[in-house]
Amino acid sequence: MVNLVKDFWNGVWDENTIFKLQIGMCPTLAVSTSAQNGLAMGLATTFVLVCSSALVSLVRKLVPNEVRIPVYVVIIATFVTVVDLFLKAAFPDIHAVLGIFIPLIVVNCVILARAEAFAGKMPVHRSAADALGFGIGFMIALVTLGSIREILGMGTWFGMRVMPAGYVPWSIMVLPPGAFITLGFVVAAVNLISRRSTATSRSS
Amino acid sequence: MSTLFFIFIGALLVNNFVLVRFLGICPFLGVSKQLETAVGMGMAVTFVMTLAGVVTWALQHYVLNAFGLAFLQTVLFILVIAALVQFVELFLKKMVPVLYRALGIFLPLITTNCAILGIALLIAQREHDLIQTVVFCVGAGLGFTLALVIMAGIREEMQFAPIPKSLQGAGIALITAGLMSIAFSGFAGLVPM
Repeated sequence: MVNLVKDFWNGVWDENTIFKLQIGMCPTLAVSTSAQNGLAMGLATTFVLVCSSALVSLVRKLVPNEVRIPVYVVIIATFVTVVDLFLKAAFPDIHAVLGIFIPLIVVNCVILARAEAFAGKMPVHRSAADALGFGIGFMIALVTLGSIREILGMGTWFGMRVMPAGYVPWSIMVLPPGAFITLGFVVAAVNLISRRSTATSRSS
Repeated sequence: MSTLFFIFIGALLVNNFVLVRFLGICPFLGVSKQLETAVGMGMAVTFVMTLAGVVTWALQHYVLNAFGLAFLQTVLFILVIAALVQFVELFLKKMVPVLYRALGIFLPLITTNCAILGIALLIAQREHDLIQTVVFCVGAGLGFTLALVIMAGIREEMQFAPIPKSLQGAGIALITAGLMSIAFSGFAGLVPM
């Protein structure tokens, strides 16, 4: 049980894909124009990550070592297709906004990295916990970024008005440059926090 | 002719793959520390992008659309791209060793580069013919190279700048990219939509 919690937390904070490792950046920058888009992308990626990690872990003893990468890629692509078709049928609006970034979940390095580094060697329950952690960590990053950009760029949060009536939206925040600049400062803030916390844990 | 020109400029500057469409950010941040490697990576991406663009265009038209298999798009494209990169690597190693030495180390990285799958998917959405597809791919690839080379040039200078500790590495690189993106948004409107 302790192990599961540790596996889970590793992805949420210690090795957060966006804040710490800086991988899987393309969807992060592209779909974080609003908190809702960030949440939708985060959920879609988490689903693919958990399903493919669990399946990779289940078949890990059947797959010959030489062809493991193509097998992993096909597994991931299959679940991405599932998400793509599901969103198209159930939430066409969200599907239209996220566009090609849904099929591009296939090449989100986080998913292949977890399959290769963790799920290919570990039992199913630990792989699922690890994948869930990384998925939630990714989602937190997307929602954080989406919230900052939506609040500053449009004055709303999840579509609700949060800024006072006289607020002039910084429209650059919802345009491409805003994505880079916001993520730059968020990464710097996370660096600052983790440097502070290591400094205090060392001195105490 | 003017359509081709607009497609080229549109892919190169107006909808720059890295700075406007957010495709290929990983190599953009990872391989942009030195000018020389940036050029190598850019060329390798342009090459594979054009090849993959043409192959996936043909598959989309003559296989997926013809047999009503559109739901296989994602699976098929990623497999074709992976196989293609492997093939290009083998081919260059055997036939053009000079080019292989220049591009070799970048090729395996390109399989998981979302710019390649991205361009395949973008082409599938568009109604381009073969020549327009080639022009679009070359423009997008050169646009990627342009962004990468500019970034590498700035980062080489930045090594000597006093940057706050928390901003070092990815932080300052992203903010630089943001400023470049502002500059590139000046190109919007260059091409009639």
